[in-house]
Amino acid sequence: MLLIPCPNCGPRDETEFTYGGPVSQWPEMNGGSTTKDWHRAVHFKSSKSTLVSELWYHDAGCERWIVLCRDQNSHDFTARAGP
Amino acid sequence: MHYSGLSLLRRAVCGSEDWASILTEPGMARSYDIVVVGGGGHGLATAYYLASKHHVTNVAVFEAGWIGGGNTARNTTIVRSDYLLNASFGLKNHALQLWADLSQELNFNLMYAPRGYIDLAHSDGELEHFTLRANAMRLGGADASILGLPDLQNRVPQLSVGADARYPVCGALVQEAGGVVRHDAVAWGFARKAIEAGVHVFQNCPVTGFDIREGRLRGVQTPRGNITCDQAVISVAGASVDVAKLASIDLPVMPINVQAFVTEPVKPTLDAVVNYNAGLCYISQTTKGEFVLGGATDGYVSTARRGSFARIEDVLARATQMFPFLSRLRLMRHWSGTADIAMDGNAIVGDTPIKGLKINTGWGYAGFKATPAVGHEMAALLATGRMPDLIAPFALDRFEAGALIDDAGIGPYPWLH
Repeated sequence: MLLIPCPNCGPRDETEFTYGGPVSQWPEMNGGSTTKDWHRAVHFKSSKSTLVSELWYHDAGCERWIVLCRDQNSHDFTARAGP
Repeated sequence: MHYSGLSLLRRAVCGSEDWASILTEPGMARSYDIVVVGGGGHGLATAYYLASKHHVTNVAVFEAGWIGGGNTARNTTIVRSDYLLNASFGLKNHALQLWADLSQELNFNLMYAPRGYIDLAHSDGELEHFTLRANAMRLGGADASILGLPDLQNRVPQLSVGADARYPVCGALVQEAGGVVRHDAVAWGFARKAIEAGVHVFQNCPVTGFDIREGRLRGVQTPRGNITCDQAVISVAGASVDVAKLASIDLPVMPINVQAFVTEPVKPTLDAVVNYNAGLCYISQTTKGEFVLGGATDGYVSTARRGSFARIEDVLARATQMFPFLSRLRLMRHWSGTADIAMDGNAIVGDTPIKGLKINTGWGYAGFKATPAVGHEMAALLATGRMPDLIAPFALDRFEAGALIDDAGIGPYPWLH
């Protein structure tokens, strides 16, 4: 069971959230990116370390997408990462 | 040693003392033709079919844990082939055909029980989709039927089908050839026959590195020494991402936790495998009388092998909607395992960018049912060098080519598959 530290609402039960997966770095939308760039961005999301920055949508709270850093081995949330 | 009624009787009289151990401790050679990384059902089946069908016995299987201790023994033992897409159906239906005779072939009782797999539909639209799937299965040569409510109630009298249910049931897809197989017996059975044929199986011995030069596999590293080999196959389920990284291969796969549950045993009550689709809950009763249940994944990336309580509540709520009498039973055991789920929710079987190194991953929580077919086809690929038709669609490069096999049409979100 995850106790998710929502920056807007405080620690809340995981059942209040929808998981949005790891934060993606999308290729530039200026016509300069290739099919391979998109293939890599869409299909390769496993983290280089056990720490992963993820999106959560707080359905039963602030109704906002939040970004949190979590250790996928221990389920510990660490300092908030990214915007 | 051949198991038979006579061998059982002889040892029963002699106090059951001279049963030979299934698993031996072989001496490690410096070189093997083929190394199988991962001694689960898939890896051991690969080794067995290499020996039995292709007479390749200079094979080593390296298992980081123990035989029958990984995902092979963490699933809910269900076998079926009710898949819509040709590639998914073909491989799993081939497995279903192999399961039927495998106990005889392995001389090991896998307790294959084709008691019927019943997939419940909760709306007319869902039943229509099931009809499409049943027709596809029939075209592929499998049996499948669609039951309306009265017939379904006859087939599964214990099922609650009241119209006042939260998600009323309106019919079902039934595959009578589906059922259950004793999961750890599969690992032991394949291991025993492979070892008898001369395959070396090493337990508590992980592969810690791959020796790759000029894009070609030369050998593998283990804590007990380095081995040279011509070919290897990575078949390590939940550990796939980490093991593939040792060979500098990125996999379009994410590790996600899946849980399963067993109740206390009661008298025979349910003779079919039933799957509830409003949410997800699959249930069967073991020969011993316990109910085995499973559900959806925990829904987020995890390698913790520690289940979320929310999922337990969710699965049990759906189970009691199907069979209200289950509310009187207590859970006896509960466990979880790391499923390797690919970006289209389907398996990755075949070549890697490294010559001589094959991969078998992405089975998520659908791997057990496919065990013999994957072993059979992977052995053919390793022994002949020709890509078998049944596994060709599962190529690693299908993601770049856009040839995804997304049975559920979910998209690149493994936690939703």
